[in-house]
Amino acid sequence: MQKAAVERHTIAILVDNEAGVLARVIGLFSGRGYNIESLTVAEVDHTARTSRITIVTSGTPQVIEQIEAQLGRLVAVHRVTNWTTAKPGVEREMALVKVAGTGEKRVEAMRISEIFRARVLDTTHASFVFEITGAPDKIDQFIELMRPLGLVDVSRTGVAAISRGPDAM
Amino acid sequence: MAADTGADISGAEIVIRALKDQGVKHIFGYPGGAVLPIYDALFAAEGIVHVLCRHEQGATHAAEGYARSTGKPGVVLVTSGPGATNAVTGLTDALMDSIPIIVLTGQVPTHLIGTDAFQECDTVGITRACTKHNWLVKDVNDLARTLHEAFQIATTGRPGPVVVDIPKDVQFKKGPYIGPGNVRHRTYRPKTDPDLGAIVKAIDMMANAKKPIFYTGGGIINSGPEASVALRELAKLTGFPVTSTLMGLGAFPASDPQWLGMLGMHGTYEANHAMHDCDVMVCLGARFDDRVTGRIDAFAPNAKKIHLDIDAAQINKNVRVDLGIVADATKALKEMLHFWKTQKRKVDQAALAAWWKQIDQWRARNSLAFKNSDKIIKPQYAIDRLYELTRGRDVYITTEVGQHQMWAAQRFKFEEPNHWMTSGGLGTMGYGLPAAVGVQMAHPESLVIDIAGEASVQMTMQEMSTAVQYELPIKIFILNNQYMGMVRQWQQLLHGGRYSHSYSEALPDFVKMAEAFGCVGLRAETPAELDGKIREMIDVKKPVLFDCRVDPNENCYPMIPSGAAHNELIMSDADDGSAVGEEGKVLV
Repeated sequence: MQKAAVERHTIAILVDNEAGVLARVIGLFSGRGYNIESLTVAEVDHTARTSRITIVTSGTPQVIEQIEAQLGRLVAVHRVTNWTTAKPGVEREMALVKVAGTGEKRVEAMRISEIFRARVLDTTHASFVFEITGAPDKIDQFIELMRPLGLVDVSRTGVAAISRGPDAM
Repeated sequence: MAADTGADISGAEIVIRALKDQGVKHIFGYPGGAVLPIYDALFAAEGIVHVLCRHEQGATHAAEGYARSTGKPGVVLVTSGPGATNAVTGLTDALMDSIPIIVLTGQVPTHLIGTDAFQECDTVGITRACTKHNWLVKDVNDLARTLHEAFQIATTGRPGPVVVDIPKDVQFKKGPYIGPGNVRHRTYRPKTDPDLGAIVKAIDMMANAKKPIFYTGGGIINSGPEASVALRELAKLTGFPVTSTLMGLGAFPASDPQWLGMLGMHGTYEANHAMHDCDVMVCLGARFDDRVTGRIDAFAPNAKKIHLDIDAAQINKNVRVDLGIVADATKALKEMLHFWKTQKRKVDQAALAAWWKQIDQWRARNSLAFKNSDKIIKPQYAIDRLYELTRGRDVYITTEVGQHQMWAAQRFKFEEPNHWMTSGGLGTMGYGLPAAVGVQMAHPESLVIDIAGEASVQMTMQEMSTAVQYELPIKIFILNNQYMGMVRQWQQLLHGGRYSHSYSEALPDFVKMAEAFGCVGLRAETPAELDGKIREMIDVKKPVLFDCRVDPNENCYPMIPSGAAHNELIMSDADDGSAVGEEGKVLV
């Protein structure tokens, strides 16, 4: 078989918020050897008891098709939508980034954070905690720029995604 | 559902009532601490026969045999901890072969869950990967609904095993019972109706085919006997050749001239060559398993492929197809028939005649031929005699896993669906004996034979005791070659004849073993005595262990070596093992 190119896809899964449902989804990925680049999950409708899982994964088009189909056959899954192929979507991720340092590096970190529209959540004389929201590659860039300026810790939420236009997933 | 409302009953009573309302007549199980309340309710219950197996794995395979031979779900009841873990092999087997079984497991009481209590294990965690779905029922109010959902999920769509894990305190607690009519799952809606546009496209491709083939699988069996009827009609209408996977044997009659025999690693020369050369492949309820496709990039390189499956995830999984149809096989085949007839479709007769001429040339190779002996029983000869001497009876065959299984699949001619029970996907040695118990339980008057190997059969031999207790006259026909024959064959072909640990130095005396179990032991050592002994086996109204001593060095051919294509079959020992390349050696 020809080696097809590996693509990055964002997939949203609406599931019953019942015990073990996340384990089913994650188990499917690990059991069949699929990648998870990021994963977010939270209840989105308390009365309907549904949660939304957003997974960023990568694979050849055939693998991505399999991932969607395999997710679709899980009993607790209501809907599966691929934001990369099926519907145009917008993606955002939030990160908390801690930078420690003093002097010129500290000033530079502050300047760059303003360019990236990051907010300062916590500050000491020797550190900042920035909150930054954006597309994952923007966050990647920000983190890379902070690295030489005293980056000490990063916490990322993973991607949340939603479709453009008036319709639901 | 008049009986739905009423006084609350115990969780254990809810279980029994739900089983009855689901039409369950037999359950296979093994008691233990965490299921005692259910066993207590069972003690008083009428209309349900409990079959006490000797090991929980045996119970699950028995339930599989029961399910596959009846089309009804098999039900298993086991305790927590080791009861549940012992069921894991049977659950995985049922998942791979799409067999509907419902396994009820006891669990430690809810307040002890997570404390490493005695006989506690994370049953839903362990069985998550080997069930279609599973539940831990922590509230007795959810119990009846969950049980009915479990039956629905196990038996509809692509069938499969489910587990309902019931803590002991939930079995004691009183709660309401609701009947199956009042239960509708929140999300589960398997798609069974075919897209008619795709059906028309499919018959279009079929009508234009020059070298067509039907490649059918276990999906035809699982869809029910009507699917086999429709397949036969479609084959007659079109005149196309038919081959099948291991799991699909019996859907199309082996006596039919359009039958090419099984395909795949040990399939016939004509089936595999026809698959390789076809221009339109109609795959019905099969899943392009690696045993079937051989080397995937050389698989039917010139064929347009149509794939009908009830499970959308099977389409384009291993092989990219030109047309996928997600539907129940019976419904899809009926629509194909309908449109073929109403649109007055015709096949290309001239092309088809040329195709059959080619197929007949392949057939003339007589790929299942073997060199017989009058001194030693050849395993192929033993199966041929078993087939001939049981003809005209209602015969159900189960098997273990290995050479004997492949010889049985190649040589025993199945005319009807649901008469062939074998572990296809998982390849579970030890499947056949307990499966025969389950089949015989469902068909007390039929002749149920486990074609076995001496290695496999020892894995679940304890179930002979079950057969004796319930007076199930199963026949365990052991092709005893003293080797794990398929392992030995691979070692010969791939590992330079270094027979590492594939020879059983110390075999039991199966005849004495039979006597110890309280059944009948028979032994055949020469071709001359074989027929008489087989007749004796059939006539005995008791379980039989038949020790058929066969040639220890016989190999199973034809064989597509690992990593080879359909048209690269090796036919006999004369083709040496160099057919297997380095890449093939890493494959299983």
